Amino acid sequence: MAELDTLQDIVTQTRRDIVRMVHNVNSGHPGGSLGCTEFVVALYNEVMDLKEGFDMDGNGEDLFFLSNGHISPVWYSVLARKGYFPVKELNTFRALNSRLQGHPTTHEGLPGIRVASGSLGQGMSVAIGAALAKKLNEDDHLVYSLHGDGELQEGQNWEAIMYAAGNKVDNIISTIDRNGQQIDGPTEDVLPLGNLKVKFEAFGWDVLEVQDGNNLEAVIKGLNEAKSRTGKGKPVCIILDTVMGHGVDFMMHTHAWHGKAPNDEQLADALSQNAETLGDY
Amino acid sequence: MQYTDQGKKDTRSGYGAAMTELGRSHPNVVALCADLVGSLKIETFIEENPKRFFQTGIAEANMMGLAAGLTIGGKIPFASTFANFATGRVYDQIRQSIAYSGKNVKICASHAGLTLGEDGATHQILEDIGMMKMLPGMTVINPCDFNQTKAATLAIADYEGPVYLRFGRPKVANFTPVDQKFEIGKAVLLQEGTDVTIIATGHLVWPALIAADNLKEKGISAEVLNIHTIKPLDEEAVLKSVKKTGCVVTAEEHNFMGGLGESIARTLAIQHPTPQEFVATQDTFGESGTAEELMDKYGLNNKAIEDAVVRVKNRK
Repeated sequence: MAELDTLQDIVTQTRRDIVRMVHNVNSGHPGGSLGCTEFVVALYNEVMDLKEGFDMDGNGEDLFFLSNGHISPVWYSVLARKGYFPVKELNTFRALNSRLQGHPTTHEGLPGIRVASGSLGQGMSVAIGAALAKKLNEDDHLVYSLHGDGELQEGQNWEAIMYAAGNKVDNIISTIDRNGQQIDGPTEDVLPLGNLKVKFEAFGWDVLEVQDGNNLEAVIKGLNEAKSRTGKGKPVCIILDTVMGHGVDFMMHTHAWHGKAPNDEQLADALSQNAETLGDY
Repeated sequence: MQYTDQGKKDTRSGYGAAMTELGRSHPNVVALCADLVGSLKIETFIEENPKRFFQTGIAEANMMGLAAGLTIGGKIPFASTFANFATGRVYDQIRQSIAYSGKNVKICASHAGLTLGEDGATHQILEDIGMMKMLPGMTVINPCDFNQTKAATLAIADYEGPVYLRFGRPKVANFTPVDQKFEIGKAVLLQEGTDVTIIATGHLVWPALIAADNLKEKGISAEVLNIHTIKPLDEEAVLKSVKKTGCVVTAEEHNFMGGLGESIARTLAIQHPTPQEFVATQDTFGESGTAEELMDKYGLNNKAIEDAVVRVKNRK
């Protein structure tokens, strides 16, 4: 395992990238991005088995699909700092002629992205399809996917959840970002999701809960535990309890920063809470 | 007529026959279906390639996503169901996960149009060509008989990119040569003529040939062009013919809005304004009935084409 301090430095720098990217264009989704920072950093820098470089097919390596595409800032930052594209390019986020579209896409050829996402509820189906291709190719690598909790209100997810269990797609780990918030307010006020663990289990998934999704050690432990449960006839689900806006105190525990950019003062405040580690882009 | 019906067959069986061949010749071809295996005629593919078939159940949205995902890793997915459920029901899945993402998915849609018959308007889509051709990068193909559907299915397996392949339920004349080469985006000149161009697609191609025969007896020389690929459109073939004849009738089993006729009209409006008549449904839903009864009631037959020819000639 990489030193925890090293990973924590990436987490902190990623948080800086997120708020700076969103501030730069006064547009984007910082809340969910900040909440999933530990998870995405851990995946790319500790958990996934990745090849050098990028090709679309991704044979012989683990794959990741971001279904809740609006948290693109965290993914872009992690991809750039992992070397998929120049860190400097983060400066083009959501700007005209950029490869870093508001929501991730393959259309502009950004390395690291394998399908467009953002119109919610589609990513799990795509991830399962990629997992099926791995089985056909006798590639024993895994497919990871991340989904918002509010996103589970989209019915296509439940088609996919039913399919994966019914067909024993046991080389996928789908994580639900259970931050309990969506655009219009708390998920349980907008449309209650109820007990997700029970729901996934009823559909035939192996479910594990990670209580502190903003604790790097807990996230890595949870992901490794999930990995150990693959290949046993059931798809694996992680319900990851995170705090939307984590790491920036005034953005935490509220849906207010789901899709809102900080102003200059707020940016300064946010950055003061996350000291530069790897160097700003 | 220079074409003979080799025996009526359904176009969907052309799809099924080609899938059997692709199962044997293309190891990366996989098939998906949403609880309509019998209707899509892919039993042999499934029997011979059980691991390369994915039964999704009645869940078309998931099917389109699975298909998009299967391309990652190099598979060539043929996702098939009724045209209604393969397009309108899953438009956003196709739009984001397949078209915008540039995925090599073949959306294979049977039971398109009125000829689905007795099930009625809930299942008879007349808007699918419009929806699919509107998607950037989507190729749209509507073959006319068993042989052409089979050839088209084989051809799209070797084409890289998203394709919408539309075919139908009823047994119709099978008249194109069994060994005809299928070129995506290339019109087929079925019959030469000088007075009018009839441009037809899908189930309206055979009636167009009958119409041309009947018109000949009235002293009208009709050129018949089979457009199987609505997008990309073979503009060169259309313009070449229309410049010669000076008027055009388009014929399709689809709403006049969004269909082949509109694509032709746009081409002509820009490059060679020409009188045109549309044989198509007139912004309406279908209803229950036999395929033949419905085609007659909604004016999609050789008689309707002949009447349209007379109208358009008077507008020259």
